Amino acid sequence: MSFLSYLINGISLGSIYAIIALGYTMVYGIARMLNFAHGDIIMVGGFVIFTIVSTLSLPPALGILAAVVVCTVLGVTIERVAYRPLRGASSLAVLITAIGVSYLLQNVALLIFGSNARQFTSVVNVPSLKLAGGALSISGVTMVTIVTCLVIMVCLTQFISRTKVGQAMLAVSEDRGAATLMGIDVNRTIAITFAIGSALAAIAGALLCSAYPSLTPYTGSMPGIKAFVAAVFGGIGSIPGALIGGILLGVIENLSKAYISSQLSDAIVFSVLIVVLLVRPTGILGRKITEKV
Amino acid sequence: MKKKNSVLIQNSITYAIVIACWVLVQILTATGNMTSLMKGLLVPLCIYVILAVSLNLTVGILGELSLGHAGFMCVGAFSGAFFTNYMEAAIPGVGLRFFLALLLGAAVAGVFGILIGIPVLRLKGDYLAIVTLAFGEIIKNLINALYVGRDGSGLHFSLKDTLSLGMDDTGVVLIKGAQGITGTPKAATFTIGVLLVLLTLFIVLNLIHSRAGRAIMAIRDNRIAAESIGINITKYKLMAFSISAALAGVAGVLYAHNLSSLAATPKNFGYNMSIMILVFVVLGGLGNIRGSMIAAVVLTMLPELLRGLNDYRMLIYAVVLIVMMLFNSSPRAIELREVFMEKFRKKRKTTAKEAA
Repeated sequence: MSFLSYLINGISLGSIYAIIALGYTMVYGIARMLNFAHGDIIMVGGFVIFTIVSTLSLPPALGILAAVVVCTVLGVTIERVAYRPLRGASSLAVLITAIGVSYLLQNVALLIFGSNARQFTSVVNVPSLKLAGGALSISGVTMVTIVTCLVIMVCLTQFISRTKVGQAMLAVSEDRGAATLMGIDVNRTIAITFAIGSALAAIAGALLCSAYPSLTPYTGSMPGIKAFVAAVFGGIGSIPGALIGGILLGVIENLSKAYISSQLSDAIVFSVLIVVLLVRPTGILGRKITEKV
Repeated sequence: MKKKNSVLIQNSITYAIVIACWVLVQILTATGNMTSLMKGLLVPLCIYVILAVSLNLTVGILGELSLGHAGFMCVGAFSGAFFTNYMEAAIPGVGLRFFLALLLGAAVAGVFGILIGIPVLRLKGDYLAIVTLAFGEIIKNLINALYVGRDGSGLHFSLKDTLSLGMDDTGVVLIKGAQGITGTPKAATFTIGVLLVLLTLFIVLNLIHSRAGRAIMAIRDNRIAAESIGINITKYKLMAFSISAALAGVAGVLYAHNLSSLAATPKNFGYNMSIMILVFVVLGGLGNIRGSMIAAVVLTMLPELLRGLNDYRMLIYAVVLIVMMLFNSSPRAIELREVFMEKFRKKRKTTAKEAA
């Protein structure tokens, strides 16, 4: 039974990674850049909810809504100010700028909220589920996380395959030049991608902080990096890949924490990444891109 | 012939700057104008300069982004400090032990560089960054869980705790998990630091201006073209990467011998440290060795001198990093600069004409 509960917790953690990984994967697929600041947007979302729910004692639903709005605006602003001027520059320049943005967000949060961990009150009020006569207990947050992740996945795939904006995203990721010639506004499409990714990061922030209720300016950076690992694991640029990669990573992390060593679980997760990249550099569901001279 | 001379002059200027700094510090110390704060900063400055110059070899010259430089430093620091403590009885002289520790630290970090490099350098750009980042985290994690002890029957290793080392009564714990290594002699001095900086500069500058260095830069500029004229991509990439790692290892050993206790925390060997070194390199100019040296010194000294700004130090770092990247790499900024320079040149021409 304990194995089953570790597994379910792993899937729940993995669902959070998957939601974050979606942001990475979409931005990478469309703008060909690693948005290192994505993890810190999660942290911003967490602090917005914390301020509204704990400091102003307003209802949690309002907190989540505000977090989504703030993160979306933040994501689009970052894209406009820091990334758009660098379109066409080397990928190294963009990556370093993204790292700079990540640092900026962390340090602004550090100045406003200080480095002490804040106790985050869970925004999920669902009673835990007892199965098998109480031997297996699944907490409300776990269930909500898994369900939210699945709903987001379904909505997003539908959005991309059914709407005009979604099709424009696919076109831009396929060939930016050709998409421009077809009359697609590339800058607008990329901005929309950032908006969606950041809104998802806000939701991930709410779920993450509800499950692990200690909030610091660095809360987002580790899950952000791990979610990136998940995105690479599943094949960066692929939406189902983010789901598979995220859940696999969450399960590996939780099981190694339970059965091997809690201290070494991060090392194991990162080793898995290295092994996957060596065997299949494009990830589980990634497409191989041949280089043209 | 003329080009060769200018390279020689440029390199000599770089060495001269370092030596001049050393002389200046000696004069200041002799005349008693050195505050204890500045004295404490001298060795860390050398460490940062070595790290920045060596990372520039990977990022600027080889053109691959490495986010795990602190990981190599960590490997060097722990192997060096372990050696110094382990050989305490066998080699009584601290100086000799320190020297051997430097060699060992460089060798171990270099070997790690090769081990990581062989598989990883096949990957391109963004992936390399993330794998080196992962490597740095793995190393930090492993060392925090590593216990090594010694008793009559030899060395004992464990990844759990001191008890599971299974030593007899005479056993001494050398590496104690998250507490790391304690009791390393403080052998690092500013003079040794400066000598190591000069050595690092010598290695890196000579590499850049050698046949191998030109091959490395050819790979950076166009991998496919370089491959097509018969340059062995893997060999030269690995060469630059492992030399860079070995030099980071040297910085690590210096770091370990500047503190009496050494532990792998996120602050000294974590992701943030790697980023900070990257900031030095980017600010100094990718591929510009003297630049990264100066950036490392200025950026380490400034916040210490402006103590009041300490809270804002990392914030300023972040803003400077973003603004520099936008100013340097954004196509529009480059265009604007061209226009501005054009105007400036015209103005100078007209004033020169008027003067004539």
